[in-house]
Amino acid sequence: MGMTASEKIIADHAGRDSVSPGEIVQVKVDLALANDITAPIAIENLKKAGVEKLADPEKVALVPDHFTPNKDIKAATQALMVRRFAHDMHVKWYFEIGEVGVEHALLPEKGVVLPGDLVLGADSHTCTYGGIGAFSTGVGSTDIAYAMATGETWLKVPPTIRVDVNGRKLQWFYGKDLILHLIGRIGTDGATYMSLEFTGDGMAAFSVEERLTICNMGVEAGAKNAIVPPDDVTLEWVNKRAQRDYKVYSSDSDAAYHSVVELNLSELEPCVARPYSPGNVSPVSEVESEKIAVDQVFIGSCTNGWFSDLKIAAEILKDRKVCKGVRLIIIPATPEIWRRCLKEGLMEIFVEAGAVIGPPTCGPCLGGHMGVLAEGEVAISTSNRNFVGRMGHPKSQVYLANPAVAAASAVAGYIIHPDNIRA
Amino acid sequence: MNIKGKAWTFGDNIDTDVIIPARYLNTSDPAELARHVMEDADPEFPNKVQQGDIIVGGRNFGCGSSREHAPIAIKAAGVPLVIARSFARIFYRNAFNIGLPLLELDEAVEIKTGDELEVDLDTGVVRNLSTGKEYSAKPIPQFMREILEAGGLMNYMKKRMQGR
Ligand code: SF4
Repeated sequence: MGMTASEKIIADHAGRDSVSPGEIVQVKVDLALANDITAPIAIENLKKAGVEKLADPEKVALVPDHFTPNKDIKAATQALMVRRFAHDMHVKWYFEIGEVGVEHALLPEKGVVLPGDLVLGADSHTCTYGGIGAFSTGVGSTDIAYAMATGETWLKVPPTIRVDVNGRKLQWFYGKDLILHLIGRIGTDGATYMSLEFTGDGMAAFSVEERLTICNMGVEAGAKNAIVPPDDVTLEWVNKRAQRDYKVYSSDSDAAYHSVVELNLSELEPCVARPYSPGNVSPVSEVESEKIAVDQVFIGSCTNGWFSDLKIAAEILKDRKVCKGVRLIIIPATPEIWRRCLKEGLMEIFVEAGAVIGPPTCGPCLGGHMGVLAEGEVAISTSNRNFVGRMGHPKSQVYLANPAVAAASAVAGYIIHPDNIRA
Repeated sequence: MNIKGKAWTFGDNIDTDVIIPARYLNTSDPAELARHVMEDADPEFPNKVQQGDIIVGGRNFGCGSSREHAPIAIKAAGVPLVIARSFARIFYRNAFNIGLPLLELDEAVEIKTGDELEVDLDTGVVRNLSTGKEYSAKPIPQFMREILEAGGLMNYMKKRMQGR
């Protein structure tokens, strides 16, 4: 019996020839990651347990991205704790303000995460790195403390749902729309405890950044990990960034799958997830007919804060103005993306249109800072979650969409298909 | 181990933003987190919940972020056990790792707020003393039980490292 790419990565890291779904195995971890919210609890745990040395400080990343630049005294205290710990423990991948970006964009961009790696992160969107062919999964702080101390973790081998993507995609349809459609179809617990693997001819049309977007939201269907086995497009992207060897894993043709979901791109249109669930998905055209007015538009986050996302937004915003009364907040996910936007003239387009541009941070995505919603306000956001209170007041509402729909809605003042805004 | 307490019920897809909203994540102090537990589902809940009360959810309890603040807030509020039809996987790991047991029970929806429950963690038998009904939850997997018995994952780690 063959194995899936995910199973092969797990088997290799467990020192085994093969593994099968349901088994609990101890695996070596190539990178243990935490942020300014989750690291403090891990650090306290390590202190309490008397751990004075990390198993391998070169395999640890600490990314203070959620409440930074520090939003208040409490957040500053947490960031200080992480900074001191990183220094004392000689953590290799610690990023200070100026070099820090949203973790799930920053780590692949810097080549810290590579194909074939087994990554454990104290952040649920750690599943993002499947977009370049890593096995990566989110856990909590105690699990990360354990991994930092021992270099290992335990995993239950997940069964895999294969998503076969075929056909040609329509204009304004992006990776974000693909994953929203899938979540709408299988539900927010449709892949709980399972792996999602994306294959099929249609996948070639999605850029590496879009594949990262797709895998980013795997957890929104409950998945343990999501993966797009690497192709030439992946390797070209990765080779520009890699500073060490990596291994490419693909699935065997006789690998066993829990189930198969088929998506035909030619039948799918850009979509929106309505409050309060990423699974509450409707086609944009349907939502447009309801003329849902927005108070705020957020373009950024680990889901859609890539350069390619901002470029799409810039195409729409060029020579246009943000609708009066609407607040458009744009946040490039990393300093490198920020600089590239500056160099290629995107910043000017954004500012001319009437947007405000933030420093790389999670910020409004989790209702942290720099764009928190008041009671009754409505936002459209390119991020990944629209739960109750996610971006601020429990009675605010968030719609999720791709960057084209978000930018178009900023111009129109209500949720709209990009084809339908005035020139 | 036996747990007896009063039930507080919640619906499906109770996510970690509802359990503990991000606006309180600038601290990891358990007592402070407990002051806001479940507040976006029921603003009065932190005042109403009593030591020993049991939270009962529907499907996909704890979905969303990996914040361990969620099970920490629940445990620090004095809740010794959460029963739900199913749990999201990160929340599931986190809860056991910090020593908060979870039980998966298909009939969780039949339990009402205020019902008195008696639960045998070893067998998974849940007795609803208010209605007289008896259910059997999925038994806690052996590996999770070892972590619970050690007093959480860090203590389990210490034991393992000493054993080497
Ligand atoms: S951008 Fe949003 S979803 Fe991504 S890591 Fe930050 S808070 Fe989490």
